[in-house]
Amino acid sequence: MSGANKQNIGWSREEMAKRTALDIPDGCYVNLGIGIPEMVAQHVPDGREVIYHTENGLLGMGPAPAEDEIDPELINAGKKAVTANPGASFFHHADSFAMIRGEHIDVCVLGAMQVSEQGDLANWSTGEPDAIPAVGGAMDLVAGVKTIYIITRHCTKEGEPKLVESCSYPLTGKAVVNRIYTDLAVINITPGGFEIAELAPGISFDYVQQRTGCRLRVGPQLTAAVSG
Amino acid sequence: MIDQHIASLNAAAADIFDGATVMIGGFGEAGSPIELIHALIDQGARNLTVVNNNTGSGHVGLAALIENGQVGKMICSYPRTVGSKVFPDLYRSGKIELELVPQGTLAERIRAGGAGIPAFYTATSVNTPLAEGKELRNFAGRNYVMEYGLRADFALIKSECADRHGNLIYNKTARNFAPIMAMAAETTIVQTGALLEVGSIDPEVIVTPGIFVNRIIEIANPAQESQLIAEGRSYP
Repeated sequence: MSGANKQNIGWSREEMAKRTALDIPDGCYVNLGIGIPEMVAQHVPDGREVIYHTENGLLGMGPAPAEDEIDPELINAGKKAVTANPGASFFHHADSFAMIRGEHIDVCVLGAMQVSEQGDLANWSTGEPDAIPAVGGAMDLVAGVKTIYIITRHCTKEGEPKLVESCSYPLTGKAVVNRIYTDLAVINITPGGFEIAELAPGISFDYVQQRTGCRLRVGPQLTAAVSG
Repeated sequence: MIDQHIASLNAAAADIFDGATVMIGGFGEAGSPIELIHALIDQGARNLTVVNNNTGSGHVGLAALIENGQVGKMICSYPRTVGSKVFPDLYRSGKIELELVPQGTLAERIRAGGAGIPAFYTATSVNTPLAEGKELRNFAGRNYVMEYGLRADFALIKSECADRHGNLIYNKTARNFAPIMAMAAETTIVQTGALLEVGSIDPEVIVTPGIFVNRIIEIANPAQESQLIAEGRSYP
């Protein structure tokens, strides 16, 4: 919330989630990470049936319950109360991660500390000596899910680029990210590096380039949009 | 006759020994066998290696077991959670060991252990610090890291219903690690919300067959961790 208010240019958290949701196809199984990725579920366009997986053992996860219907034994991976949609199923952790590792989940949306132009992701540890290392299911998700989308602010709170030539933080996975949705742009990972597919309203290519740790390219979609 | 029913919490946890490896079910508070954990605190076994996804919250349940100095090592995927202070403080002062395992690898290590599989290969953690020092092998052009199956001396888990044969069903996402931990432990101790007559659970819906279970204690109205924390409770 505060991040969106601080800087009133580009996409807000809500708009980033909404933009990502446009790229969630009908009929797919999706795992959403904690934070902004969770908000994607509220914005999937009407008419698409999407089944949400949460790695603690539920397929068919629904929205948060009313206050008086909270069950502390019905939670998501972020340990928040959720509901089970009609057609939902419960299963144990080994089956849940068989769905992930066995490439049965179609799309996963995660947050990031850093993404490199090769699609390397760092999102679990700063590597600082007094940090308590905690990885959860992030490494399993990036190793096993076919399409990995990242939602993140383009820069850190201190203004450092999060999109970099190579990650300085410990990796979650190597060459795993397909697409990044930031407050400034939608960026594809291609064999040639970062390629801008779409710019947020009022944001120029140069503005994004100045806030990125390596060279950006203009993708074919953007060229088409600009010229036509 | 097979009757796994145990009448008291003290008797259920009596033989957990110093240095034992104990798997404890639960993902956060969902499925956490609080009464069994508190029985282990009363019993006092020390230098335990505990396997759980997290490290507990507040000063009850798993966090209280750690705070009581009974745990020498944690094997888990996510040792810091909102409201977890006990483990981070001990870890920073070097008083507890941590083996950090990706969540799916942790689950599969437990499953493999229970299924008699000593090791397996997974792509999870390849090219990350968590694969350092581990054997790598290439299958069909992709690298995989070898991980060992994990077994335990005891498992403490929570179920919704049970019968005296040890057949179990669970409640929603409280199931999480319990079925695989039941398979991986020499002695599986279950607290259940309702101990039912044999034959009253439909065989089609039994999640954990009784062969994986050794002791059952009925705790009809188990405490919820978040409620104990909201009430400012601590244990002992």
